[in-house]
Amino acid sequence: MDISADLLINAIVAGLMLGGFYAAVTLGISISFGILDIVNIAHPAFIILGCYIAYIVNINFGVDPIVVAIVMLPAFYALGAAIYQVYYFAFERRGQESLRGLAFFFGLLFITEVVLILVFGVDYRYVEAPYIGPTLHFGYVDFPLRMLVPCAVALVLFGGLQLFLSRTFIGRAINAVAQDQLALQLMAIDPIRIKRIAFAISIATCAIGGALLIVIQPVEPSVGREYIGRVFAICVLGGLGSLPGTLIAAMLLGVVESLTATFYGPSWAPAVSFGFLLVTLAVRPAGLLGRR
Amino acid sequence: MRLPKFHMPAFILLTTVVGAIIYALFVFAHVDYLFFAGYVVLQFIVLAIAWNILGGYCGYVNFGSAAFFACGAYTAVALHKFDGKIDDVFGDGAFGSALHAVFPLPIPVLIVIAGIVSGLIGLGTGYLTLRLRGAFFAIATLALAVVLQTLVVNWDFVGGSRGAYIIRPQTVPLIGNYIQYLFLLMLVLAVASICIARAIECSQLGFGFATIRDDELAAEASGVPTLRLKLIATTISGALMGMAGAPLPYYIGYLEPSSAFGLAYAVNSIAMPMIGGTTSWVGPLIGAILLGTLQQIATVTISSAVNLLIVGLLLVGFVIVAPNGLTGLVQDWLRKRKQP
Repeated sequence: MDISADLLINAIVAGLMLGGFYAAVTLGISISFGILDIVNIAHPAFIILGCYIAYIVNINFGVDPIVVAIVMLPAFYALGAAIYQVYYFAFERRGQESLRGLAFFFGLLFITEVVLILVFGVDYRYVEAPYIGPTLHFGYVDFPLRMLVPCAVALVLFGGLQLFLSRTFIGRAINAVAQDQLALQLMAIDPIRIKRIAFAISIATCAIGGALLIVIQPVEPSVGREYIGRVFAICVLGGLGSLPGTLIAAMLLGVVESLTATFYGPSWAPAVSFGFLLVTLAVRPAGLLGRR
Repeated sequence: MRLPKFHMPAFILLTTVVGAIIYALFVFAHVDYLFFAGYVVLQFIVLAIAWNILGGYCGYVNFGSAAFFACGAYTAVALHKFDGKIDDVFGDGAFGSALHAVFPLPIPVLIVIAGIVSGLIGLGTGYLTLRLRGAFFAIATLALAVVLQTLVVNWDFVGGSRGAYIIRPQTVPLIGNYIQYLFLLMLVLAVASICIARAIECSQLGFGFATIRDDELAAEASGVPTLRLKLIATTISGALMGMAGAPLPYYIGYLEPSSAFGLAYAVNSIAMPMIGGTTSWVGPLIGAILLGTLQQIATVTISSAVNLLIVGLLLVGFVIVAPNGLTGLVQDWLRKRKQP
């Protein structure tokens, strides 16, 4: 195979930008699965929901998709809080989260996808924004704004959440609830409330992740399925609950996927994440920067 | 639900007789559509019982039923395509003519091979992920479906993303109509899987599975070989799913990756045991018959997307409101009636 230098560098740069975006999509899973031990496999479905909300507002009112996402944050936060409440009363309190809780989230994933198909059909939808189209050139390296803007937004979101989790009281309480729920109770903090806030934040990130996704590529309802393997692979590889690990793993997966797509064809890209997942689970289940 | 206790040989005899009666009734009714619809319901019975061997008995969720199912279907397609390629690969030599004597393989043989292939995939996935927390296995099976689909899409030999046509013969010796033959095969598979599930429940294996479901740590500490038991369950479950998939290409005549790997198979094989009840083989059987029939009716009268929505809503509703399924509801009701 003939690997030319500029093709290689462009693939790596594209992979890094893709990785930044993957980090934003995985953030929510890092919080819900990594910190709270809630296996929210419906996460990608909420991201697709975020895509479609950005799409509806963008097409009808011409609002920038990322602005829509920021406006929609409280709504997604409320949705997340509501879902956690149902999950807590129906499964976590009864100790049935492993089997029925998983089935519950799987049902949510399925319902969201089918409803979106019923309402919008299986056509690909896309948004319009000034930064979709133009490309910056530095030497022979291309930076399509369509990728660069989502990557930048993702990094801002990432940094913000990392600061929130490490500096604020609630952020530290969220980390604490993962380690010792009883100790948290002894400090007169309601662990359920902390978990509800954390889960709601994880769903809120879906609003942003969804808007970024529909900026990067056209979306149809079943696109979310490709992201299930991807987000969990990143989350596990990065190490459960470690945000810096998540970022590193996302970049790594982005680069490898981009290289695979460039040199072997894009139809192979979905298999990469599964390979990552299996190798990580087999060799180092704790991930790169894991907590256990 | 307190069922009369039968010894295993008596149970096998009984289910076989019930199966034979069902087949006789269907033949007597002599409506081709019944065979087509019945085939799908039976296929879901096999899938649901197979899922329940791992999910219900051991408490490990498999989201990749569609992957195992499609793996069986594509094993059949690959062997079917191989039949047409024998001359190109081996020429007219002795080996080629020997292969011609064996191929095309009859469907029962395809079913067995598909079972072996899917069972091995289950074993492999299980070996890599079952040593960890249960959630990892569930996630790996979800991803497995995406990856196997990617492989099949890129595998031109079985048609790639264009799909593969299978031309099935019109009639079969002894049985007649081809769809009757497929129906009979699936009926035998369903009876077999019910017997396997029941045999597991009554054996030491079943008790071992139950200890894993109830408290894996305690089981491990008291010397139950949990990893080995989980691997056995995954292999049996995967093999049965693959076997259910093997006749699919002959049933639909045209197989493409997105239909074989459809999320509908995955969600149905979880929803049916969950709605019926997961503790014994009765639950998935009831769930599969109810949901399968309901979907056959809804597909004809409403639309296939709406019927999937119904399945999803029923699944979520049941796991929240009635976590032990219909059999659990009946048990509760019987218990309440006993103690007024």
